[in-house]
Amino acid sequence: MPVEFEEFFRTERFPHVFCPGCGIGPVMNCFFRAFNNVGLNLTDTVFVGGIGCSSRIPMYINGDMLHTTHGRAIPFATGLKLSNPELKVVIFAGDGDLGAIGGNHLINGCRRNVDLSVICINNNTYGMTGGQTSTTTPHGYLSTTSPAGNPEYPFDLSKLTVAAGANYVARWTVRHVHQLVKSMEKVLTKNGFTFLEVVSTCPTGFGRRNKMGDPSQQLEWLKNISVSKEKIKDEEMDQLDLNMQGLISIGEFVDRNRPSFSDTIHIKEE
Amino acid sequence: MADPKPGINFMQGNDACTEGALAAGLKFFAGYPITPSTEIAERLAYRMPEKKGVFLQMEDELACISAIIGASWAGVKAMTTTSGPGFSLMQEGIGYAAMTETPVVVVHVMRGGPSTGQPTIATQADVMQVKWGSHGDYQVIALCPYSVQESYDLTVEAFNLSEKYRVPAILVTDAEIAHMRGRMVIPEKVETVDRKELCDTRKGAAYDIPDDMVPPFMSFGHGHKAFVTGMTHTPEGDIAPEDVDVQEQLVRRLNEKILKNQKDISRYEIVNPDAKKFIIAYGTSALAAKEIATENPHIGLLRLKTLWPLPEEQVLNVAQSAKQILVVEMNMGQIVRGVQRLAGSVGCKSVRFFSKIGGEAPRKSEIMAMLDKMEV
Repeated sequence: MPVEFEEFFRTERFPHVFCPGCGIGPVMNCFFRAFNNVGLNLTDTVFVGGIGCSSRIPMYINGDMLHTTHGRAIPFATGLKLSNPELKVVIFAGDGDLGAIGGNHLINGCRRNVDLSVICINNNTYGMTGGQTSTTTPHGYLSTTSPAGNPEYPFDLSKLTVAAGANYVARWTVRHVHQLVKSMEKVLTKNGFTFLEVVSTCPTGFGRRNKMGDPSQQLEWLKNISVSKEKIKDEEMDQLDLNMQGLISIGEFVDRNRPSFSDTIHIKEE
Repeated sequence: MADPKPGINFMQGNDACTEGALAAGLKFFAGYPITPSTEIAERLAYRMPEKKGVFLQMEDELACISAIIGASWAGVKAMTTTSGPGFSLMQEGIGYAAMTETPVVVVHVMRGGPSTGQPTIATQADVMQVKWGSHGDYQVIALCPYSVQESYDLTVEAFNLSEKYRVPAILVTDAEIAHMRGRMVIPEKVETVDRKELCDTRKGAAYDIPDDMVPPFMSFGHGHKAFVTGMTHTPEGDIAPEDVDVQEQLVRRLNEKILKNQKDISRYEIVNPDAKKFIIAYGTSALAAKEIATENPHIGLLRLKTLWPLPEEQVLNVAQSAKQILVVEMNMGQIVRGVQRLAGSVGCKSVRFFSKIGGEAPRKSEIMAMLDKMEV
């Protein structure tokens, strides 16, 4: 039985906090579809967030919800999952949470390979605090804390999580709604640590400062900078890894079945 | 390794603490190696799988405290252990556990600081940090053993109080107590308390706290649609970060549920209650003091087992009956400030302080020399 929209979301908490043009809307829409496509139910699924705009998503879903501290969603979820392996544990967090303050937890989470479904909404900025440079802000782009352009180079979170050992890693932009639904289905069903990076829009915090204040402009930008990973030549890859050209590769980067932490310590057997 | 047999055992303080935690019902442990607490994690690496529990070594102490809070919301008893530098990192999570009323136990084995300090040497310099380390107005329950036996007993108590009041409980030991080896008796039956879940109808002293003081717990996975957040939240479970009334009611309740139940939470030992000269000490600083009071009927001892909330009633009683109080601590003055405040409020102005820092426990001779100088 699919879960109806009104049942799936805490509609009594609407309107939500997200700005017009924010990419979180499509993410929630895609997630609702994927959740129903794989036949999960809300009683056995828990939603964990860190701090920030993306981490507010669990507050609008009608299941058990743990809104944690900044950056620590993964270790909170790790304790939760291992203490009740029957639960499906889904994490929503942003690039600030997972790429900066919780970076250590992200890479060790991948390495530990606990059954967690992580959906990272990467909007290239700190949206909740008003648009500061994040670890994924492209080089040279403007923010309230890089008024002369970001002097640093961004993290490639997908490559990072592949190298750190996640069982599944994919990256799409919020334009790629069909691919997002498919990847979310995998994230929700595969064993081990799964990571989906959704490159998103933040017209208010990021777009406005970079001549993309209109949401459609930022969507157009995402279209222009995203390149299917199959189409990238080897010699370009080295540049792309650090986003030195401002391009991002999209696609499924890894899909493997290493034993999850629960498999190795046999807690599923009891 | 199997369960130690009831009756007389010979153990190290850290091991006694480990066995106490297991007896209390520990099911999830997350730790990070740090001297002088590491033996607890090492023993639990064997013991947790035996008990069908989970042992995890995390990437840092921020992850440890976070993981045990997550585990607690799955409905199990969870613990972490650490020392100075790690305890500093855990403050963020301790505040979160206080705000979300999550029962967790943190064992803090104190070592000399500031910073890396003396990894293998005891101190009592973190006693104020135990109470005030995280931001905001909040309470914790802190218990402090002075022997191997109490390392076991008070660990059980820490779990029970944490479950009953839905509050982080901190077992405050130090390198001396942790590595001390001694005789301990494991009881045939250990009294344990489990948190009151929503719709729980259990009877007994552990469950008679009104729901508007300590609300029933909503373990995840039971269809409660629990809404857990460190933001200011209403009793019904919604965020209200800009509502001044909600914030005031929430924070007052979080504090009052502990402060108004001090009678139930305070644990202490009194030797020679009619003495006119009194020592107030706790943990390692009470070792020599206990010997002195045992040998000298005219010298009293109030040994605090509960450090936070400070057992005010017992301190006031001593301040009213004794003429002179000597507080003995292995720091530059932490519990003594509270004692001075309380004693002053009932007109007892003679509160002296013996401060021993560097790592050695206070000696009998040093304390006696101080006592001799105090005129009755």
